[in-house]
Amino acid sequence: MTAAGRRFGAILLPPLVFGVLFLLLWQVLVRVTGVKSYVLPAPSDIGAALRASIGVILDASLRSGANALVGLLVGVVLGVLLAALATRMPLLGGAVSPLVAALAAMPIVALAPLLNTMYSPLSTLPRREVVAISAFVPVFVNVLRGLSRLSPVHRELMQSYAASGGQVLRTIRVPGALPYFFTGLRVASSLAVIAAVVSEYFGGLEDGLGSRITSSVGATDYPAAWASVLGAVMLGLLFFLASLLLERVVVGNRALPVA
Amino acid sequence: MSTTGATTGATTAPAVEIRGVSKTFTVRRGAVVALEAIDLTVAPGEFVSLIGPSGCGKSTLLRIIADLLTPTSGTVEVGGKTAQRARLDQDYGFTFQQAGLLDWRTVRTNVELPLELHGVDRATRKARALELLELVGLFDFAGHRPPQLSGGMQQRVAIARALAERPTLLLMDEPFGALDEMTRERMQAELVRIARETSAAVVFVTHSIPEAVFLSDRVVVMSPRPGRIAEIIPVDLGDRTEDTREAPHFYATITRVREALRGRTVPDAGALEADIRADVAADSNTADTNAARGAL
Ligand SMILES: Nc1ncnc2c1ncn2[C@@H]1O[C@H](COP(=O)(O)OP(=O)(O)OP(=O)(O)O)[C@@H](O)[C@H]1O
Ligand SMILES: [Mg+2]
Repeated sequence: MTAAGRRFGAILLPPLVFGVLFLLLWQVLVRVTGVKSYVLPAPSDIGAALRASIGVILDASLRSGANALVGLLVGVVLGVLLAALATRMPLLGGAVSPLVAALAAMPIVALAPLLNTMYSPLSTLPRREVVAISAFVPVFVNVLRGLSRLSPVHRELMQSYAASGGQVLRTIRVPGALPYFFTGLRVASSLAVIAAVVSEYFGGLEDGLGSRITSSVGATDYPAAWASVLGAVMLGLLFFLASLLLERVVVGNRALPVA
Repeated sequence: MSTTGATTGATTAPAVEIRGVSKTFTVRRGAVVALEAIDLTVAPGEFVSLIGPSGCGKSTLLRIIADLLTPTSGTVEVGGKTAQRARLDQDYGFTFQQAGLLDWRTVRTNVELPLELHGVDRATRKARALELLELVGLFDFAGHRPPQLSGGMQQRVAIARALAERPTLLLMDEPFGALDEMTRERMQAELVRIARETSAAVVFVTHSIPEAVFLSDRVVVMSPRPGRIAEIIPVDLGDRTEDTREAPHFYATITRVREALRGRTVPDAGALEADIRADVAADSNTADTNAARGAL
């Protein structure tokens, strides 16, 4: 327990010290050079704005976070299901995989304004759809890669046991694909928050962090805009850490097998 | 499923009977003749090693016996059945050059894998796995995961797994290739013991001449391009102990195998044979080697 605590401290301490030093330097530089707050506000100004509207920012984070979470779950489930299907039916896999690879290269938030026009202005659905598509891509790609890996030894071993395709899937492919799934999930959880916040830039419901950023900038309240950006950063960090924690709990320290 | 009783009962059919087997691989630029006109019979409980230069088809021959590859021509019978029937009936255990364990399972559940795949119930599986881990000296590591074990320990887990369904035949492809000399000799001694206790026939691929001689009733020397059997050398060393490695006839047999690998027959083969025979007679001869001789 204490050893684990010490290791945790050793991991956390350097970035913490670095972060504090960075903020200090930022504060001093802004004050010394007298940069205008619309160019770069001092950390203390952002802090004050955050304190003044902490309730609103928390509420906005909750709404953007809900969009990110729902979209992420839908995207992950779809990604896993389709990857499993593509593994079982190589013909389908061959047809779908290149399309998804192309999807990975596309800026999916660009879809947001188009999806907005399809629904009522009060609907959260278009945002959640953008998130789901963004999250789907890395999960599908990684899970498919993990499922299609079968080392020659394991293939021959299962052949010597006269194992069925379903048995190979259950005993080798699925457990072997778990680390790949979590790699995909980590990428997807970060993308989900980005997609949820950025999709709010294009109008629609005015309730999330993205909307607050655009409205604060419109009102030239730059410290407030930065405070909302900080909220978005925290939300992204939360999603990332949650996926990391889930990975630790499920696969422990089992590293990704080397290619 | 086969039982230990069946192991000793099914002594009528040879453990392996290979007749006129050839294997040609078609590759992008033409064909590779990996094996040509192989004839080999392995008696029940007999220990046979395959030795020969890299690429002479040892692994290919082992895979053909295991029905992981089909021969281009010729027939293979395992315990009187077709190779395919024997594979479906789980009559053999196979250990690969890499241990091929599943890293996410414990040592015990790795050993249980074949039993699990063939619908053996949980309690029986567990009991059998622990019994096998006892046999290979890893009982205390049942709850560990493979990455926590040394290479030699992983190989022993793979051997335990191969023994799980009480096979009458063990097929082993360079199982000790990656081990240091000391571990290797200890593993060899253990394998001799395990083979004796389970009375399974063993076909063992190796690159080490002393290893082949120490373990085997017969050493099959193969030559490359195309892969053929150059010579089959009987080993009459009696019960294997650590003293076996110091015995003069151990060295004499090593010399014979080495000469056969070089494609030469020993000039004074007769004298060498007489020497070996005298030494064997001096020792108390065992039923084991008699059985092996009977199979010749
Ligand atoms: N799947 C395959 N496709 C094409 N050629 C193959 C295949 N497997 C083996 N060969 C060829 O057959 C020959 C025998 O290979 P094999 O692996 O049986 O040799 P080996 O005696 O086991 O060698 P080593 O001691 O290096 O393991 C080689 O020339 C090899 O290139
Ligand atoms: Mg080989």
